[in-house]
Amino acid sequence: MTSAKRPLSPHLQIYRWQITSVLSILHRLTGVFLTLGAAGLVLWLFAAATGGQAFDCVQALLGSWPGKLLPLAWTFALFYHLANGIRHLAWDAGFGFDLVSTEMTGWLVVIAAFGLTALAWVCAGVRI
Amino acid sequence: MNSRMTKGAPGFSHWWAQRVSAVALIPLSLWFAASLIAHAGADRAAIKLWMSSPLSAVLMLLTLGATLYHGVLGLEEVIVDYVHGTGCRIASIIFVRLAGAALAAMSLYAVLRLALGA
Repeated sequence: MTSAKRPLSPHLQIYRWQITSVLSILHRLTGVFLTLGAAGLVLWLFAAATGGQAFDCVQALLGSWPGKLLPLAWTFALFYHLANGIRHLAWDAGFGFDLVSTEMTGWLVVIAAFGLTALAWVCAGVRI
Repeated sequence: MNSRMTKGAPGFSHWWAQRVSAVALIPLSLWFAASLIAHAGADRAAIKLWMSSPLSAVLMLLTLGATLYHGVLGLEEVIVDYVHGTGCRIASIIFVRLAGAALAAMSLYAVLRLALGA
């Protein structure tokens, strides 16, 4: 097998940072993080369904101050991955793949992610 | 869809499935986010009441199913790019797929019990 000699993914330590590459890496990171969140969500629902102490334990954890950071991070990851995912789908369909558009939509994604995260937490906070 | 595209390129069906689940997750994740906001601070009884609505239970199952499917496809892509040893790569992919299947079974049980249970 000579396949080991083939070039692999970019060597990030010698790569010049730019918004397009940062957002691309962030898409993967948030994707992995959201998958962990999905696993957590299933465990939360499972605890709610089977009841009793397991659910109380999870709720106490999420109610604590450090416990609230995780849902906040998941909210941001969700809205970021959603907005950037729509950007990716547009590229797949053949739209906005030039340099000017990718940078502009990139900043739009960042603004949308922060804005929607803030909106969601303000709306949720009003009801608590 | 040109059938030669799927037959000729082994990676194409993976790529396509990722896009289809992504499109499904646009409305589903928005519904999910809005529902969680509406149920912020909910206790067990409130969650049961939420899942006792047929529409909510079905949408929750679709959301979890599409999310786990999309997540497994995404993790496989990351593993293929960054896990270089063949044995380690195969083991990682098997683990991700089995964990995804286990979580899917757990979510099915959980939602059905919350929706239909006493």
